Amino acid sequence: MTQIDSISLDLDLQAIRSQFPILSRTVNDKPLVYLDNAATSQKPQCVIDALSDYYGRYNANIHRGIHTLAEEATLAYEATRFAVQEFIGAASAEEIIFSRGTTEGINLVAYTWGRQHIKAGDEILISGMEHHSNIVPWQILCQEKNAVLKVIPVSEEGELSMEDYKSLLTEKTKLVSIVQVSNALGTVNPVKEMIDAAHAIGAKVLVDGAQSAVHLDIDVQALDCDFFAFSGHKVYAPTGIGVLYGKKELLESMPVFHGGGEMIKEVTFEQTTYNDLPYKYEAGTPNIADTIALKAALDYVQNIGKATIRKHENELLAYATAQLESIPGLSIIGKAKEKVSLVSFIVKGIHPQDIGILLDNLGIAVRTGHHCTQPLMKRFGIPGTVRASFALYNTKEEIDILIAGMHKSIKMLS
Amino acid sequence: MSQQPILEIEKEIIEDFALFDSWEDKYEYIIDLGKKLPALEEEHKIADNKIKGCQSTVWLAASHEDGRVFFKADSDAVIVKGLVSMLIKVLSGHRPEEILEAKLDFIREIGMMTHLAQTRSNGLLSMIKQMKNYALAYQTIQGLEKK
Repeated sequence: MTQIDSISLDLDLQAIRSQFPILSRTVNDKPLVYLDNAATSQKPQCVIDALSDYYGRYNANIHRGIHTLAEEATLAYEATRFAVQEFIGAASAEEIIFSRGTTEGINLVAYTWGRQHIKAGDEILISGMEHHSNIVPWQILCQEKNAVLKVIPVSEEGELSMEDYKSLLTEKTKLVSIVQVSNALGTVNPVKEMIDAAHAIGAKVLVDGAQSAVHLDIDVQALDCDFFAFSGHKVYAPTGIGVLYGKKELLESMPVFHGGGEMIKEVTFEQTTYNDLPYKYEAGTPNIADTIALKAALDYVQNIGKATIRKHENELLAYATAQLESIPGLSIIGKAKEKVSLVSFIVKGIHPQDIGILLDNLGIAVRTGHHCTQPLMKRFGIPGTVRASFALYNTKEEIDILIAGMHKSIKMLS
Repeated sequence: MSQQPILEIEKEIIEDFALFDSWEDKYEYIIDLGKKLPALEEEHKIADNKIKGCQSTVWLAASHEDGRVFFKADSDAVIVKGLVSMLIKVLSGHRPEEILEAKLDFIREIGMMTHLAQTRSNGLLSMIKQMKNYALAYQTIQGLEKK
């Protein structure tokens, strides 16, 4: 039995927090209040244990060795693929490609599918709230191919209008690459509706799931997206491991990305034949330890249950929003009807960085700046925001500490 | 005009900071310095003077007169501006060779190294390099003038 009651929708927060060793440390002599989860989440002991267990007990290179350690490592590595398949509802494990993270996943698609299918005059459609990782790869591709990058505008509330979106979808649109949850605003985009509209005109869709995978139930088959990319480290797993999902027929027909070991069937100096999926896209010795630990993280989340986590995080979001709105001069950036547990805000006359520095002295970790979404900041006419983002282990008491810290910081800076 | 040596100015700042009991006092003092530093004239807020950090921006303008280098600077974030104010207090009005030799240990002594280490978030470290670049440039000009 785990300590967590998987039937009740209430989290045993004390038990949860005790599973994350970092949460008991102090910062600047104050208890750490970690509210930068959209940048990276902290790791539960089971994930840390999975790493140390691998290195301490069965470290070996996978797939090739015939010795026991290699077999154990291979089995553990491949077990993660099945866990990911289940986590995002993929039809088969071959559709799960391990990457370094969301950024690499998007680049893989841009460099393979993109170079194969995008031609001069074609259009790639993204939104105004994309992370730089879902802008730059397409910009590079468009420049190379003389294709056109088009942008769905973002409303004052931080939402996309389906009307705007549909008006930008034309017979020239070959790909829609869209963030499911905005890292800067928290907005949950209606990706299902967007995917259906894109498919209706024959375009493919990539969903950037960097922020959504930890908060929302993901079912790539129900979404019917063509590609889905996410990062392990935002889902309580280590850094350096991510996932690219692609529909099997697409992945099979795409050219290879990196060449090297593991991705080949047979190599001669004249010609190389490539391995089957998913190994075709996993050249070189992969990130074995972090991949194995990813399964520990996904199991951890599944054991608690995303519905339970979502309920708790929604309560934190509502509480934080109400408390922050009561602070004079503070404006929340991103007021979408549907949001994940993340609040971005600015305070009139104060630079976000100044707030971040003072909050850090109080042991509170928030993100300040443009959040790698410079075009979005430009759209709102601001240099950046202060962003507090919550995870399953955060508490209302921590939000109270943030609010007190905000009052104190504003007083010091005014 | 006789200018107090750089090390002496640094020593005074270190002594001032030693009087603060809490981080709040320290930061309130820096914030106050930031607020008191006159805003840079718009004519100096040009692209050439802009040192862009990932989060905040610093503007730095330099001039030289009678063998001394003078700095004026600004930032859009007040804590950075306070630190900028101290750097100007320490370095402005000195001879190029003094500026080039300055080790600026006071930043570490007053516990503000963390703001220099964040090279990507603010332009402070680049600003110090830029101040030294100006000093080097003026030193070269002076050398040429002497010839």
